[in-house]
Formats: sequence, structure tokens, C-alpha cells
Amino acid sequence: MKRLALAALTAFATPLAAGADPDPSDWAAVLDEARGQTVYWHAWGGSTTTNDFIAWVGDRVLADHGITLNHVKLTDTADAVTRVLSEKQAGVVDGGAVDLIWINGANFSAMKDAGLLFGPFAEALPNWQLVDTAGKTVRTDFTIPVEGYESPWAMAQVVFMHDTADLPQPLGSMQAILDWSTQNPGRFTYPQPPDFLGTTFLKQALVDLTGDPAILSGPATDQNYAATTAPLWAFLDALTPTLWRSGRAYPATGPAQLQLMADDEIDLAISFSPGEATAAIANDQLPDSVRTFVLDKGTIGNASFVAIPFNSGAKAAAMVVANVLLSPQAQARAQDPAVLGYGTVLDLAALSPDDRALFDALDLGIATLSPEELGGVQPEPHPSWMVRIAQDWASRYGVVR
Amino acid sequence: MLRAVPVLAGAIMVVPVLAGLIGTALPAFGHFPAAGLAGPSLDPFRQLLAWPGLWTAVRLSLVSGFAATGLSLAIVALILAGWSGTRAFRWVERALSPLLSVPHAAAAFGLAFLIAPSGWLARLLSPWATGWTRPPDLLIPQDGYGIALTLGLVVKEVPFLLLMSISALSQVDAARSLTLAQTLGYGRVTGWLKVVFPRLYAQIRLPVFVVLAFSMTVVDVALILGPSTPPPLSVLVVRWMSDPDLSMRLLANAAAMLQLALVAGGLVVWALVEAAILRTSGPWIARGHRGRVQSGQRLLALGAALLVVASVFAGLAVLAVWSFAGPWQFPDALPDSLTLRHWIRHSEGAAGSFLQTMTIAALSTLAALFLALGCLEAEHRHGMKIAGRLLWIVYLPLLVPQISFLPGLQTAFLFGGLENGLGVVVLSHLVFVFPYVLLSLSDPYRAWNPRIGTVAATLGASPGRIFWRLRLPMLTRAMLTAVAVGIAVSVGLYLPTLLIGGGRVATLTTEAVALTSGGDRRAIGVYALMQTAAALLPFAAAIVIPAWLWRNRRGLLHG
Repeated sequence: MKRLALAALTAFATPLAAGADPDPSDWAAVLDEARGQTVYWHAWGGSTTTNDFIAWVGDRVLADHGITLNHVKLTDTADAVTRVLSEKQAGVVDGGAVDLIWINGANFSAMKDAGLLFGPFAEALPNWQLVDTAGKTVRTDFTIPVEGYESPWAMAQVVFMHDTADLPQPLGSMQAILDWSTQNPGRFTYPQPPDFLGTTFLKQALVDLTGDPAILSGPATDQNYAATTAPLWAFLDALTPTLWRSGRAYPATGPAQLQLMADDEIDLAISFSPGEATAAIANDQLPDSVRTFVLDKGTIGNASFVAIPFNSGAKAAAMVVANVLLSPQAQARAQDPAVLGYGTVLDLAALSPDDRALFDALDLGIATLSPEELGGVQPEPHPSWMVRIAQDWASRYGVVR
Repeated sequence: MLRAVPVLAGAIMVVPVLAGLIGTALPAFGHFPAAGLAGPSLDPFRQLLAWPGLWTAVRLSLVSGFAATGLSLAIVALILAGWSGTRAFRWVERALSPLLSVPHAAAAFGLAFLIAPSGWLARLLSPWATGWTRPPDLLIPQDGYGIALTLGLVVKEVPFLLLMSISALSQVDAARSLTLAQTLGYGRVTGWLKVVFPRLYAQIRLPVFVVLAFSMTVVDVALILGPSTPPPLSVLVVRWMSDPDLSMRLLANAAAMLQLALVAGGLVVWALVEAAILRTSGPWIARGHRGRVQSGQRLLALGAALLVVASVFAGLAVLAVWSFAGPWQFPDALPDSLTLRHWIRHSEGAAGSFLQTMTIAALSTLAALFLALGCLEAEHRHGMKIAGRLLWIVYLPLLVPQISFLPGLQTAFLFGGLENGLGVVVLSHLVFVFPYVLLSLSDPYRAWNPRIGTVAATLGASPGRIFWRLRLPMLTRAMLTAVAVGIAVSVGLYLPTLLIGGGRVATLTTEAVALTSGGDRRAIGVYALMQTAAALLPFAAAIVIPAWLWRNRRGLLHG
């Protein structure tokens, strides 16, 4: 009876309280509210393996929490940002098209600044207790403080994939990559910026070539920009003529670059996922002669997050999905190279023995480096560097003269 | 009642386009309240003009547009001049419907998988003929001149113009004109070009304009086959539109306005070229040269036709092979093994998208058919003719670049409180589907023998009874063809589905183009084939259903 009265009260109160957001600290209420909601998760849809993983998450939340999860497959995360923005412009403050976005970096920074995000919620999720906040960059996103406005779900770190049939030895630095590409013209390329993997390559080159990495953690200014990026432009000026198609064309995305490697058009490619090569070999997308390496000084890494727009009509369910993504079962599945091969954001020491066994049981696969081999993670530069570098890249190399 | 239908149809063509253009023009002139910007200002255009690759992007749009249109028109004219009415031509005609129904994106993928240095042609010829053990470092496709892009457009525009021409040929009395010219001693090709083509061109002028506008502004084909350093202007608009930096949105809208101006200018230039050709060709026609036996030109025409047909079908074949491929390394001509894995893996998602695609296509096409029949019947009964100057209204959504008005239309729908649903997507599809349905239906409708109606009327039948009991049944075949055309158009629409649907409406086309960015050829193969099937099945039905219905009434089969 009490339940019924409460239900009646809730039903009555809902229209008045439209826009009253669920409170993540009262998790039982969140679960109650989430049941029966539908979450439109806007996530990049260019990778079959990721799509399958999201479908699996959808099955889980439907079975466990009565939530319907729809994957809206984007070609570009910015499409979802655009959508939320046009809704704000049109005054749509509730029941917007986007409930959850796979996001990080510049898109997160833009949405947070424009007040397009719901939160803070991330650190109130029950599974946040398991997250490795000390060892992994989950509280900053490209040096921008997260402040609970997005919840991490996967760790990424730059590795280079090399086809050992043509390039048997790892290359230890950007200079070594340049030397090799000069001797083997046309066998290396990277996705065309502003694709995120392409800009990641530029960042990795900048971090590896600069004499003073500390400067990159602060904003780029008119004073420090030219001098700091000079080694990068010298490197790219030398590298570009030696690239695939002499730098007159670039693959559009990371997977398109993968296809080039599968077609034996290139022998070296960048990846932001240490397990991607193994997963691609398992899917017949890469020859089994491909292996991965990291640079001697280490490579940059960051976390992938999910965020909830301010006008989502299913915030409770979206939070439940974010929490499920942090569960040991989902994290272990994502780390399985046969599924995704993404790094976990959890602190394995904080898990129960049963949960830890899920991770210990994983066979990382032939082309995946062990955590020790992956070595130290270098922090992402402040986003302002990337904005300027991407613009300069477009005018220097994005237009063939 | 009936008189209202043409007005309604006109509104459906004009209102969204105008609303969309206004919605795009405001941000282009710096008025963008969401980002806290109030216009008017010319800053977005200054920023656009300062963009380093702008003129290359503009040149690419112009060159690929004019080259694809000119080449397509030349091939169509040569094919018709050399072969119309022959047995070989009937084979080309038979290939038309499947060719037309292959969505642009699928045809472009097929072509890319064929001609790339690691594509099927290179694999078939390597290493025995070429000596390549790994793919050569050649800039194909994505070449800086847009040659691959132009070819990709030509293989789709030739079937379209050919279809438009064939339906127009009956109106210009082509067969008898050609016979007459030949009895006067003209060679077949020369005679056709001098006697039939001028009258035919007057009939297909608007479709040619559509081809020009489309080729200058295409996005999906340009993404697949066009260069990327920089891409054509239309791709830049889409890219800037999706930039997280909001100020880029203004740049995108300014570029969309520039695109609109380019198309308008392009159409004017084309019209000027027409006038110049008219002036110079008059004396050529009047001079009376008969032309020699032109087997060379005829062979050239047949070769071009076969190349168009073969490249689309071979492209589909290579898509099919990829969708079943296990490991497949260069330079193997075929995969190491075949597997059903990719089809099983994508079957669930693809089946859902297939259903969604067909629902949208069916609803928008039925609405278009209803409107088209209403318009044509109103023309028949009340003389409200959509022809001459008014025909421009029908062509408006096809001539104004999609990229110039859809972003504004999306905002307009949101302001109007219409959002996210299947309904608005169907409505936006209707804008593009209706012109094709009307064009496809109007010739057979007008060609219907009015004496049958007169006889019925003298027997006491009302106009309504004549419409329902005589005209519609006799036009079953034409209506089914119009429906098939409408569905094929709807299936292939990318930008309207993406922008108006807000990403919530996933069709085979949006899914396939989303996969493009991933470059997974096996997944692309599955989706592109499903997409082709969705467009092709209605054409098959349009052939099979009348054949079954009229199995005892042979005379109706060609009605």
C-alpha cells in the first residue's frame, strides 16, 4: 500500500518536477527511476568490435536493470555535441536526443564550458570505489579537470603496430621512425587530422621531440608556441614526403589505416589501443605477423569517458549504464583482446579475489604488450596545443600545393 | 479538394527549402544566438576566404561537377545516337533499373575496391602481369584532380540521364525522325545528333541541371573517392559543421552559402554554354553533311556503356566477396577462405536497419504517390499543369544543394517543436522523393489514351469512376515503377536522415556511411549489399507484379 501511495505520489509529482534530476548519492532511487527508461548512447560506430561490446552492455542492462540501450552510431562524436547544442538553442531542456556520449578531450572541454553536461555524478557511482584514481588519469581529461562530469570506462595508450614481415625491429623514437620511413618511402602514414588518432600522432611526436615536456602541461601561448613546436614542424617537413602517397592523401581514420596495413600498403601504423592489433588479427583484419611496440621514452595515454547531456530524459538510466561500464565484468570483457582489448580503469588491487580472477584469466594475445612492457604513460598536452597544432597542420600539410 | 493537392505539393517542395536556407543564412552572416553571437557580420565570410585550401576545394567542386555532367551527357548521347532501338540497346535498357537502384555510396565503395592499388583489378593482375608483390604507391582513388570522384559520379549519372532520355524519346518522335534522316542519306550517329538530340535535350534539360547540382555538392561519394587534402567544398561544410569548436559552425554555414552560389553560378555558366553551342551548331546542322559510316563512334559508345555497367556490377561483386572473406592478403585474387561470420555478426543490426529503412521509404513514397496522382489528376481535370515555369518548383529540392538547407531545416524543425521522430524524417524524405515519383509517373499518366476516358464518359461514368476503374488499373505498371524509384531514392538518402533524424533514426545508408569511417571492408560489404537489395527489390516487384496481374492481358503489360 505504501509502495502504491509512493508510486502515485511520484506519478503525480513527475510533471511538476520535470527537470528535477536524479541524485546519484541515492543509488536505490536511481535504480528505481532507471527501470523502463531508454538510453540513446551516442558513440562512434566505425568499429565492429566496439559496436558488439556496446550491444553486449545493452543486453546486460536490459536483463539486470530493465534499461533499453540504443547505440546511435556516429561517424564523429562532434555530431552529438552539435545535436545537444542545437537543442539548447531551440530551448529543448528535457527529453533531448542524446542520453549518453562516449567522449573525451576537446569535445568534453567544449560541452563542459558551454554548460551542456549533467553532473557532477561520476564520483558518486557505486563502482567508482574500484577505480584506480591514483595510477590512471581519470580525474583529468587532457589536463582539463573532470570534476565528476564524465565517468571513465577505458584506458588508452599509444602503441605502434608494425608488420614484422617488412619491419622486424621496433623503433625507439620519432627520429628512428623518420629514419626508417626515409629508407622505406611510402610505407608509413597516419590518419588525417583532425581525426583524433591523427592528432594523437602529432601529440606523440611533439611529446617525444620536445626538450621540455613540462611546458606542455600548461596552455599554449603566443610566446611559447613557436619555439616549442619548431622541432615538430622540422620533423614533419622531413617525414611528409616519405609518407604513403607522399603525404598527398591520408587514411580518414584509425581503422582505415588498419585496412591499409591489411592490404600491405603500409608497414607501420599508430594505435591508441594496446590490444587493437591482437583483436584485429583475430578478426582477419590484420595479418598475424603484426606486433606492437612503444617508444623508449614512453607514450601518451588517456581515458575514454561517458558523459550525460543536461537535457537527457533518461539521466538515471544513463548513470546506471555508466556504472555497469565500471563493473569488473564489463571491464574484464573490454580488456579481453577477443572482444575489445581496451585497458581497464579499475585498480585490480581493490577488487575481490573473484573479480580479480576475471582479469588474471585473460590471455592478452600475441600482439599485445604486457603492462610492464607498455611502461610509463606520458600525460596528454593541454588541449590548447592541439587546437593550434591541428590548425597549423591543416594549412601546412592539409592542402597540397 | 483535388485542387488543393497541387498547392500542398508545391508547399512541400518550397517551404522546407526556403526555411532551411534562411536557417543557414543567419549563422553565415554571424547571427548565432546559441554561441552568444548576434549578427549581422561578414566575419564568417572573411574567415572562409582566408582558409588556405578554399580555392582548391572550390575548383574541385566545379571541375568534378562539370566533368561528370559533361561526360555523362556525352556518353548518353553517343549511346542513344549509335544504338537506340537496337537489340544491344535493349540489353542496356534492362540493366538500367538495377544500375539506378544501386545507391551512390555502394557504387562508390565498389569502384574504390576495384581501382585502388590494393584493389581487385591490381590483385587479379598481380604479380604475374604487373610484377607487384605489394601494392604500388599510387594516388588512386583520392587523386588531387578528382578523376576517381568524377568517374564514380559518371557511373551513377549515366543510368539516370539515360532513363530520363528514354522516357523523353517517345515525346520527340525519335524513331521516325531518325528513319527519315537515314533515308535522306545521313549516317546513323550524325543523323541522330542533328535531328533528335536538339529536341531531346530540350526535354531533359532540368534533369541535366539536377545532375550538375548534385555532382557539385555530393558528400558521400566525395568522402569515398574524392581527395582529402583538401576535399571538395561540400565535404568541408560537413566537416566544419561537426567541429567541436562552435565558431567553426559559422564558417560551415558561410561555406554552405558559397556552395549555393557556386551551384547557381554553375547553372548559369551551363546555360551560357548551351546558348553558345546552339549558335554554333545551327550552321553545322543546316550544312547538311551526312557523316560517314560511323562504326568507330558506335563502338566507342558501346564500350563506354559496357564500362559503366561492368564497373558497377564488378564493384557489387567485389563487395560481395569482401562480405564473405576470411583472411585476404595482397596480391591474392581471392580470399584464403570464405566465411559467413560477418553476415551472422551484422545480421541483427542490419535487419533492424533494413526494417527502419523500408518503413521510411514506404511511408514517404506512398505519400509522394498520393500527392503525385492528385497533382496529375488535377492537371487532367482542372488544367492545373505543373509544367513550364512551374516545373522549377518540383526541381527545387534537387537543385538547391542539400548541404545548404538541411542544417537550417534541422533547427527550424526543432523550433517548430518537431523533433527526433520517424515522422520528421519521413517528411524530409518526402521533399526529395516526391519530385522523382512525379517525374516518373507524369509521362505515362499523360500518355494514357484520353479516348478511353471519353468512351467511358459517354457510357455515363463519372470522372472519379474513370480514375479508379480505368486509369489507375491501366497505370499499375507505371505506378509500381514510380514507387520503386521513390523507394530507391529514399533508401539512398544520407544527409536528410542523419541531420533531421538527430542520429536516432538508423537506416542502412547511415549505418553504411558510418562504417566508411572505420574502413572495415567486410562490414561495408554486408551493409552496402543490404542497401542495394533494399533499393533493388521494389524494381523487381515492379516487373513481376504486373506480369502476374496481367498474365491474361498482354496489351496492358506495356501500358
